[in-house]
Amino acid sequence: MGMLSSTRDWIDARFPMTKMFEEHLSKYYAPKNFNFWYFFGSLALLVLVIQIVSGIFLTMNYKPDAAHAFASVEYIMRDVEWGWLIRYIHSTGASAFFLVVYLHMFRAMLYGSYKGPRELIWIFGMLIYLMLMAEAFFGYLLPWGQMSYWGAQVIISLFGAIPVVGDELALWIRGDFVISDATLNRFFALHVIAVPLVLVALVVMHILALHEVGSNNPDGVDIKKNKDENGIPKDAIPFHPYYTVKDIVGVVVFLMFFSIVVFFIPEGGGYFLEKPNFEPADPLKTPNHIAPVWYFTPFYAMLRAVTIDIGPLTAKFLGVVVMGAAVVILFFLPWLDRSPVKSIRYRGPIYKIMLALFVVAFVVLGWLGTQATTDAKTLMAQIGTAVYFAFFLLMPFYTRIDRTLTVPDRVTG
Amino acid sequence: MSGDGVDTSKRRFLTAAVSVVGGVGAVYTMVPFLASWMPSERAKAAGAPVEADISKLELGQMIRVQWRGKPVWVARRTQSMLADLRELNPQLRDPESDEPQQPPYAQNLGRSIEPEILVLIGLCTHLGCSPGFVPEAEPQPFDQNWKGGFFCPCHGSRFDMAGRVYKGVPAPLNLEVPPHKYISDTLILIGEDKGVV
Repeated sequence: MGMLSSTRDWIDARFPMTKMFEEHLSKYYAPKNFNFWYFFGSLALLVLVIQIVSGIFLTMNYKPDAAHAFASVEYIMRDVEWGWLIRYIHSTGASAFFLVVYLHMFRAMLYGSYKGPRELIWIFGMLIYLMLMAEAFFGYLLPWGQMSYWGAQVIISLFGAIPVVGDELALWIRGDFVISDATLNRFFALHVIAVPLVLVALVVMHILALHEVGSNNPDGVDIKKNKDENGIPKDAIPFHPYYTVKDIVGVVVFLMFFSIVVFFIPEGGGYFLEKPNFEPADPLKTPNHIAPVWYFTPFYAMLRAVTIDIGPLTAKFLGVVVMGAAVVILFFLPWLDRSPVKSIRYRGPIYKIMLALFVVAFVVLGWLGTQATTDAKTLMAQIGTAVYFAFFLLMPFYTRIDRTLTVPDRVTG
Repeated sequence: MSGDGVDTSKRRFLTAAVSVVGGVGAVYTMVPFLASWMPSERAKAAGAPVEADISKLELGQMIRVQWRGKPVWVARRTQSMLADLRELNPQLRDPESDEPQQPPYAQNLGRSIEPEILVLIGLCTHLGCSPGFVPEAEPQPFDQNWKGGFFCPCHGSRFDMAGRVYKGVPAPLNLEVPPHKYISDTLILIGEDKGVV
């Protein structure tokens, strides 16, 4: 027995190292027909690690103090050795995280990955998405620029729209009558420790739930129905080495695009780092045009689309309700979808059209959220909001009546 | 462990009692942590009134001062601006200022003590952006019949030259008039109105 294997046995007698490696990698059997869309789960994990590592190094020079925060970011950019790179990695990572997560979620919608028995994977994933939004929001205040300040002002004011307790709640979140040093300091604490801890825990739960029921695939076929004599699904391959190696290819391609942004267009044309944020926060003056970072703009456009009061409910309150509902409704996707098949490959034309309309509405709303409001654009946002909600609310009906194809017994490659 | 001779109902009672006591303790432990998020004593103390000198304020112009960290606007309105106010009433949500967004002494057409001088907290009642001052009565991209007032860049809310909100915009209320009083003809104290009837 070699030195290495005896060490391994020594550990295995005290900690389930080999057992865990086998359970989650070398003997985790995944369908053999994963395609391009299946890169984004592992890429999301990669971006999480990138954000944690670059974030830790940023905290070493950043000062969470309203009097020093803006200057400390400038200091990181100009004076800290390689500080500019670490910050651009972190700021690009934020946008990359959302891009990857949106594509990952879209994959689930393409292939019905949220459908039973994977409802909890979807729920954990949505909670990750929610935490990610919180993390991005808290983080955006930290540079203490104009957009940081006024963006936070708007989002915290959303809570003020809640009847009765709203004002007190907004005061509690800010810790002051306006956004101030107290707000900045607690957002820093939430951004660097509280939310990341929850995020990591949720990612573990997401993966554990996935490995409990097994991965879906582009055919939506249940591979566990066809097993060989060893009890291994015939259409499956072990995750390691097959998918670890495949994912490394995805990582390399992803890092190429990531590096292009970090080195050549770190501001992303004003979409990744917004121009007004190069000015320190001024509580007396809102920039002429404010918009959230691109990944929040679809929801922001829906918030602005509500301009009518209904009875005692003000447009302000209803806007907040619509925006909140737009996120919450995603949680119910597994139960809204009544189709007997999972994958889009075997779904009928109605679902395909609805999904296409949904994507168009989401992208158009995202664009509208970056624009200043005009009557025409408000109308477009209202139509977009209607399409967004119609996709979900009408789903129980159209998925039931939609024509479906016969799902094969085995995956099609 | 065998259950022989064990009084399970006593055991269940003890388990429940311990859980309840522990649960109540855990809930009460949260109180100091949650309460620590409320404004500190220092934050509460920092709310002193501020003075605004309007001796150099020209007709149609506006100055900004900071009170409790918030922008406060002081504008001197022209006669034509004041004349337009009544005409706008049908387009407004709360033209008579019925909502308590101003001290009683400012519940009038111009929402001010001196008709000419407008004092407002410059934060939109929608989501707290600070609207822009657009005093010129000329067509604007957001309103072809603009009579002058305030336009919020965040969500397109519009207010007239008395801070009254238009209909059909997301802001639900008129802009707030802070408590204020005149120390002299050219000096306004913002944040305090004692001694004013």
